[in-house]
Amino acid sequence: MTALTTTLGRAGGVNLLPLAVALIAFVLIGAPSSWVTLTVAGLAMGMMLFLMASGLSLVFGLMDVLNFGHSAFVSFGAFVSASVLAGLGGWLAADSWALNALALAASYLAAILFGLIAGWFFETVIIRPVYRDHLRQILITIGAMIVAEQTILAFWGGTPYSVGRPAFLEGSWIIGDVSIEIYRAFAFALGVAVFVMLYLVLNRTRIGLLIRAGVEDREMVEALGFRVDRLFIGVFMLGSALAALGGAMWAGYETLITPHMGADLMIVVFIVVIIGGLGSIEGTLLGALLVGLMSNYVGFLAPKLALASNMILMVAILLWRPNGLRPAVK
Amino acid sequence: MSLLSVRNMKTDIGQYAVLHDVSFEVPEGGVFVLLGRNGAGKTTTLRSIIGLWKPSPGSVTFRGEDITALHTADIARKGIAYVPENMGIFGTLTVDENLILATRNGRFDAARLARIHDLFPALAQFRDKQAWSLSGGQKQMLSIARAMIEPRELILIDEPTKGLAPSIVDAMADAFREIAQTTTILLVEQNFAFARALGRDMAVIDDGRVAHAGSMDDFAADTALQDRLLSLSV
Repeated sequence: MTALTTTLGRAGGVNLLPLAVALIAFVLIGAPSSWVTLTVAGLAMGMMLFLMASGLSLVFGLMDVLNFGHSAFVSFGAFVSASVLAGLGGWLAADSWALNALALAASYLAAILFGLIAGWFFETVIIRPVYRDHLRQILITIGAMIVAEQTILAFWGGTPYSVGRPAFLEGSWIIGDVSIEIYRAFAFALGVAVFVMLYLVLNRTRIGLLIRAGVEDREMVEALGFRVDRLFIGVFMLGSALAALGGAMWAGYETLITPHMGADLMIVVFIVVIIGGLGSIEGTLLGALLVGLMSNYVGFLAPKLALASNMILMVAILLWRPNGLRPAVK
Repeated sequence: MSLLSVRNMKTDIGQYAVLHDVSFEVPEGGVFVLLGRNGAGKTTTLRSIIGLWKPSPGSVTFRGEDITALHTADIARKGIAYVPENMGIFGTLTVDENLILATRNGRFDAARLARIHDLFPALAQFRDKQAWSLSGGQKQMLSIARAMIEPRELILIDEPTKGLAPSIVDAMADAFREIAQTTTILLVEQNFAFARALGRDMAVIDDGRVAHAGSMDDFAADTALQDRLLSLSV
């Protein structure tokens, strides 16, 4: 048993879990073409969940702040992005790949910019007065989430809002019997690119070193001469911007969005953060991929269990590893 | 003028008053030892000096400047390092990352690093190893090395020998003697033999108050006083 554990550890340990889930699903599903479609959908969903969850995980890890208002950034990111796409409808409909891409880039940049500014405001006005007080954090951030949802309702209305998609991301690639939706492949690729950037910042820069150290022991980082509270503003803004980008990408994925989309997604986002291990970007990615894949596989194999599958996954992982798959603190 | 001056310090943690009236002066150079029983308030005193808990009332002055209200990071930047009781090691960071984090500009001073590796050869051997995998003694060495990687005027060290093997405690004593040639050390310690071997001046904290202050030689010679203040005989 010890030898097996050591061998698995050397081969990648818990990092192999998504692969293991995919292989088991391959056997259970039987049809390779359906399996590929579901796997791509699961990976795309996982990467979008990763974007939404990574900031939340870092914020909790670094400052012990429970932010239930994180969903507001997801919802606002989706609506801001959708509005920009609607405003640039001419570019979106143009028979030009470049104009299509520009419209999409502008919508994502608008969401990111909104996330940065809203994140700064949220941290300064709402979070800062309730540091170190979890009960008040929960109450005030849930309150902020409700206010944000009502604000969206006031500006965009309660009926589902249609989201434009650039022509070059419409349709599917057909390879033999396999159909791969282009938008899903794009969402996965963009998510991977963001993860790589985030990974490099955290592991190759001094700011990243400070964030990783701060997640482990904030007091000690301060005793070494660094203002973690100032670092936290930056991390909070980054996390909010990533959530807004995740919301924008999710909007393109769903094509119809509602003011409570962020709140609906938050349960899954919290599951991702808990499964991955608080404060860990690699853990968050792992958790997001597992949740994305499980949701799609179970939705196909046993639709009635689809909603419960993520909860069951979380319970199973916490029974096995109470601190999550890749906790930031050892 | 003393290097560090603590005057009438009172610190509450939540609703509990831990320090009632702590005053002492740390002269420049050598090792100043704070002794006391468990729960007397020694760790709280160090944490109050570095700003992790705020005394009220009371004052802490460093080189004549009042640092009581400063943020912990700003106090550290005055040249005060802190080695906590739990060592404060960042477990997922490598040994070198732990050290480089404590440098001002993110680069090692080659001479300082060489001195650290001379004092603690294990740190040279395990430079790329994640700190959580080090032994207890190695973690303590890393914690102290981190306080030395930049020039400091004062190092606050909280019970460095706790749980360490006697051979490592001896090595630690040698390291502290060398560090004390250039940097003042304020040492909290329960191991009286270790404290006596290093300390020049000392104070005893009892129930949140300074019960005695003076030279270590005088205190070491007065077993009756030791019995009364520390409940131990040496």
